[in-house]
Amino acid sequence: MTTLRAGVVAVQGDVSEHADAVERAAAAHGVDAEIVEIRSDGLVPDCDVLLMPGGESTTISRLLEREGIDDEIRAHVEAGKPVLATCAGLIVASRDAKDDRVTTLDLLDVTVDRNAFGRQVDSFEAPLDVSGLDSPFPAVFIRAPLIDEVGEGVEVLAEWDGNPVAVRDGPVVGTSFHPELTPDSRIHDLAFFDELAVEADA
Amino acid sequence: MPEETDLEELRRGTELVKRGFAQMQKGGVIMDVVDAEQAKIAEEAGAVAVMALEAVPADIRKRGGVSRMADPETVKEIIDAVSIPVMGKARIGHYTEAQILESIGVDMIDESEVLTPADNDYHIDKREFTSPFVCGARNLPEALRRINEGAAMIRTKGEAGTGDVNQAVTHQRTIKHQIRTLTGLNFDEREKWAREHEAPAELVHETAEMGRLPVVNFAAGGIATPADAALMMYHECDGIFVGSGIFGAEDPEQMGEAIVEAVNNWDDPDTLADIASGIGKGMKGEANVGMADEDKLQGRGV
Repeated sequence: MTTLRAGVVAVQGDVSEHADAVERAAAAHGVDAEIVEIRSDGLVPDCDVLLMPGGESTTISRLLEREGIDDEIRAHVEAGKPVLATCAGLIVASRDAKDDRVTTLDLLDVTVDRNAFGRQVDSFEAPLDVSGLDSPFPAVFIRAPLIDEVGEGVEVLAEWDGNPVAVRDGPVVGTSFHPELTPDSRIHDLAFFDELAVEADA
Repeated sequence: MPEETDLEELRRGTELVKRGFAQMQKGGVIMDVVDAEQAKIAEEAGAVAVMALEAVPADIRKRGGVSRMADPETVKEIIDAVSIPVMGKARIGHYTEAQILESIGVDMIDESEVLTPADNDYHIDKREFTSPFVCGARNLPEALRRINEGAAMIRTKGEAGTGDVNQAVTHQRTIKHQIRTLTGLNFDEREKWAREHEAPAELVHETAEMGRLPVVNFAAGGIATPADAALMMYHECDGIFVGSGIFGAEDPEQMGEAIVEAVNNWDDPDTLADIASGIGKGMKGEANVGMADEDKLQGRGV
């Protein structure tokens, strides 16, 4: 694999940050990333990996449904292809956000509490221990969700105050925080470039 | 919070956290609301955030008099009514209104020329706050002065409450043109440009190297239809504020939803035609052309 077709769900949110981050991570592995901005249907099926950005989960979920992108993302995961979903992306990817204002895609067997960390004044950055990483990850939490129920077969990669904030369920990695806002590519490596993800992609 | 967490390493209100909040709004529509009922309609229509103020700009224009921060009680009701971020407007230079808004949990503060300025010479020193700020600008030096004071997001001033997109286009074109000019200058020439334009030199160099504003850049001021919103995305804005355009329209729900969908489909005229059809009349509005300077809000707080 010399070129990676990386689809960034681009209906709303920090799309360019995700595009830059996956390009950086791919380059470090000697891979060219071809970015596909997904604002309408028909583009997801050709993507090797998908990124679901942060933003506003109510807005993102209703636009995914309207544009018919939701079913294509489900098919991408059913085919075992990798996804990295951050913050609002995690909420949309979850099994249940316990809020009828958000339609979730059930890609990750977890339930989430939207904005569990509080309002913007409570947003923060802090070093976070992530399993598989040998030093803490600089995590940025912005009006972040918490993961509360975790299904069987879901691996918890990181916790904050006893609650999961990074998980892996098969080909899908979800984080409450925003790895795309810092130049540290290790979460992208976990999602797309370690053995598990490569196997899932093969 | 947690026992095991090292609180000394947890940092709130950093530039990364403030600018990061603004980055999450990109590609979205932020709608002006005056009460909880309107806020719910905006959320249902797909707004990424709502902006709480005591009256929409078109009504402020008609009414005249002093325009201030919204009643904190009303802002709290809006915060309780919706799950999306709530922003609030404070007067230019009015530290105390901004502190009150921060204290009641507003997610972002708009130091806004739409309200009557509280200070003729100084803006709020926004670096002192944990909350991020958005400010209006008509050109690049103005934008960079606001960023230098700590603004985490810039919006065009446009001419609020008119329903005429003309000034938002002018301001966005001016900012983009000035950035393109800067990228062609060498270090010495940028220094001179900074002095001549009363712009902070460090930010002038940063902008020139990035080829864009160092913070998120939204459109605001006169956006009234799905086509207006799409036009501002064509002009490379990161997202849209709509003031009087939603609740001044015949059918706010449909207009709100159509503007949200138009931002996602800004480069697809066939879909835009479909989105803009049968959604009821837009706000009546008042053209900028021929408006007396003293009636314009954009000259406040430069």
